[in-house]
Amino acid sequence: MGFKRKKGDGDGEEMESAGNKRPNFNGTERRRSVILPSMIKNKDKRAKVYAKQKHEKKVEKQKKIKARDAAEKQALELGEEPPQKMIPKTIENTREADETVCRPDDEQLFADIDADEFNPVLRREVTPKVLLTTCRFNSTRGPALISELQSVIPNSDYRKRGTYDLKKIVEYATKKDYTSLIVVHTNRREPDALLIIGLPNGPTAHFKLSDLVLRKDIKNHGNPTSHEPELVLNNFTTRLGNRVGRFFQSLFPQEPNFRGRRVVTFHNQRDFIFFRHHRYIFDVKEDKQSGTKGKDGAGKERVKPRLQKCGPRFTLKLVTLQHGTFDTKAGEFEWVHKPEMDTSRRRFFL
Amino acid sequence: MQNDEAIWHDIRYIHCYYMAEIETGIFCRNPYNVTGICSRSSCPLANSRYATIRDHDGRVFYLYIKTIERAHTPKNLWERIKLPRNYEKALELIDKHLLHWPKLLQHMVKQRLTKMTQMLIRMRILSLKIREKIMSMPMSRREMKREIRREEKTGIAAVLDKAIETKLLERLKKGDYYSDILSYLEKNVEVEEEEEEEETEIEYVEGYGELENEKEDDIEDFYGFTSKESHLDGDVRDLKDEDGDDAVEEVVIHRKGRALRKDDDNGKSKKKSRLVVEVEQEDGDTRQILKL
Repeated sequence: MGFKRKKGDGDGEEMESAGNKRPNFNGTERRRSVILPSMIKNKDKRAKVYAKQKHEKKVEKQKKIKARDAAEKQALELGEEPPQKMIPKTIENTREADETVCRPDDEQLFADIDADEFNPVLRREVTPKVLLTTCRFNSTRGPALISELQSVIPNSDYRKRGTYDLKKIVEYATKKDYTSLIVVHTNRREPDALLIIGLPNGPTAHFKLSDLVLRKDIKNHGNPTSHEPELVLNNFTTRLGNRVGRFFQSLFPQEPNFRGRRVVTFHNQRDFIFFRHHRYIFDVKEDKQSGTKGKDGAGKERVKPRLQKCGPRFTLKLVTLQHGTFDTKAGEFEWVHKPEMDTSRRRFFL
Repeated sequence: MQNDEAIWHDIRYIHCYYMAEIETGIFCRNPYNVTGICSRSSCPLANSRYATIRDHDGRVFYLYIKTIERAHTPKNLWERIKLPRNYEKALELIDKHLLHWPKLLQHMVKQRLTKMTQMLIRMRILSLKIREKIMSMPMSRREMKREIRREEKTGIAAVLDKAIETKLLERLKKGDYYSDILSYLEKNVEVEEEEEEEETEIEYVEGYGELENEKEDDIEDFYGFTSKESHLDGDVRDLKDEDGDDAVEEVVIHRKGRALRKDDDNGKSKKKSRLVVEVEQEDGDTRQILKL
C-alpha cells in the first residue's frame, strides 16, 4: 500500500513540476496544461473535470473527421486526388512477420511442391478417392456429418467403423486404392475432430472441428448436385499453410465442372479454416450510383455473384500435422500445436 | 511383547492411518496387505505372522514373509523371496515357504499371486491392442474460452461471403469460366417453369406474382432482341428435356435468392434486379478447365 502511494506521489510531483515550465530532454520548454483527473481528490469535482475532458476529446475528434471529409470532398470537386485515407490497423495488417511465408519467386518452394505427396493427385495423374469413417464410439451426429460430406466430396465412400484399428484401416484403404481417408471423431455426441490421412504414405492432419452446422439446419439451403465442385482456398500463405491447402486440394478432383456452379471454400483466417459450400450464380445488377434506370442511363451494369448456402459448414483448426500415416508413437510430426504458441495475438502459422 | 489383539483393537476402533472407509466397505491402504481389505486376519500390523506378494517394476513378484521372531527388529522384519516367472513353480515355492502356516493365509497369498499374474497378462494384451484415442492436450478452461472467443472474432473479421464472391468474380474476369456464361449475362431470357412451385415457400409465390409484372416491362425494353430471343427460346425448348433439371434448378435458386433478399429489403426496392435466368447449352467443346 505504501508502495502504491509512493508511486502516485512521485507521479503527482512530476506532473506538478511539468506544470511549471520545465525543460524537456531536447532542451525545449514544454508546458503541460492538462491536469490528470486522478489527481483531484474531490470526487464531485473529479467527475466533472473528467466529463469535461472526455467531451473535449470527443469534440476534437469530430472536428478532425469533419475536416478530413471536407478536404476529401474539396479535392474531389477540384478534380485533384483526395488526401490518402488512413488505413485502420487490423490484426491481419499487424501480423507478425513470418519468414515461412511463400514468396512467388521461391524456387525451393516449387521444388518441394513437385516432390510432395499430393503431386500425383494435383497433376491429375490419379483421381482422388476418399474413404470416410467415424471413430469407434458412435453417435448419430457423426454419420449425419459424414453423409453430408459424401455429397460434398465427389468419389467418396463411407464404411462403418467397427472396432478396427486405425492402422489396419489405413492398410485396407491403401490396398483398395484410396487416396485419402477421413475420420470424423465425435466427442460428447458431437463431431469434434477431423483426421485426414493421405494415402499411401501421405501426411496425417488432425483438425479440431467446431461450429458445425449441418445442411438440414440451414434455412433455404440449396441441394448440391453431383457435378465436381470448384475449390476456393484463401489465405494459405506460409509454407505450412501451403501444404495444408494442397492437402485439401487433393481431396477433390482437379477438373471442376463449372456448369454445376458449385463452390467449396476453405478460407483460412488467423489459423481458423472456415469450410463453406455454396451454389453460385452470376447476376447482372445495375449500379444505382447515378440513380437512373434503363440502358440509356448512366447506370453501370455490374456483374455480381450470388451465393446460396448449401452443404455443411464448419470451422477447422489444425492441431497436428504428421509426416507419414497415422502413428502417434513413432511418427514424425511436422507441426504440433502447443498452447505456448497462442501467447502472441499477432502470430499465426497457416 | 507382541500383543496382536491389543493392536487390532487400537487399529480398528481408534485410529489406523491406512484405513480407507468407503460406502462399499472398509479397505486397507497398507502396501503389505494381502487382500486389501481391513479385517482381523488380513491386517499386516495386527498379525505377527504374515505373508504377502508384492511386485517390483511391474514384472517380478516377491514373496514377503514376516515372523514373530523378527518382530523386535523392524528393519529386518520382512523377508523377501523372489518368485520364479512360472506360475506353477511360484505356487510350489509358496507352498514350501508357507508350510505349516494357517490355511487361510496360504490361500490368500496364492489368490493374490493368481490375481497379479492375470493382471500382468491382461496389461500385456492391452498394450498390444492399440487403444487409440485422438486426444489433444486437455485445454484449461481459460484456453478453451480464449479459443472460442478468438474463433468468434475471426468469423466476424473474415467476411466470408464477400471473400468468396470476390474470388468468384476474379475468376470470371480472368476467364476461367465458360465464355458462354458471360455472353448470356447480357440478355434476359424468359423461361417458364411451373414445376418447382411446390417445393418453395409461400414467399416465393408472391415473388413470382411480382415477376409477372416485371417480365412485361422487360419485354418492352428488349423489343429489339425479340428475334434473338425466339432463337434462344427455340433452343430452350429443344434442350428443355435434357437440360430440364439444370434449367429448373437455376430458376429455383434464383427465385429463392429473391425470396431471401426480399426479407432484407423489406420491399423497399422491389424492382431492383431483373429476372435473369440462364440456360446453358450442352456444348461439350466450350468447356474450360480451371488452371491452377
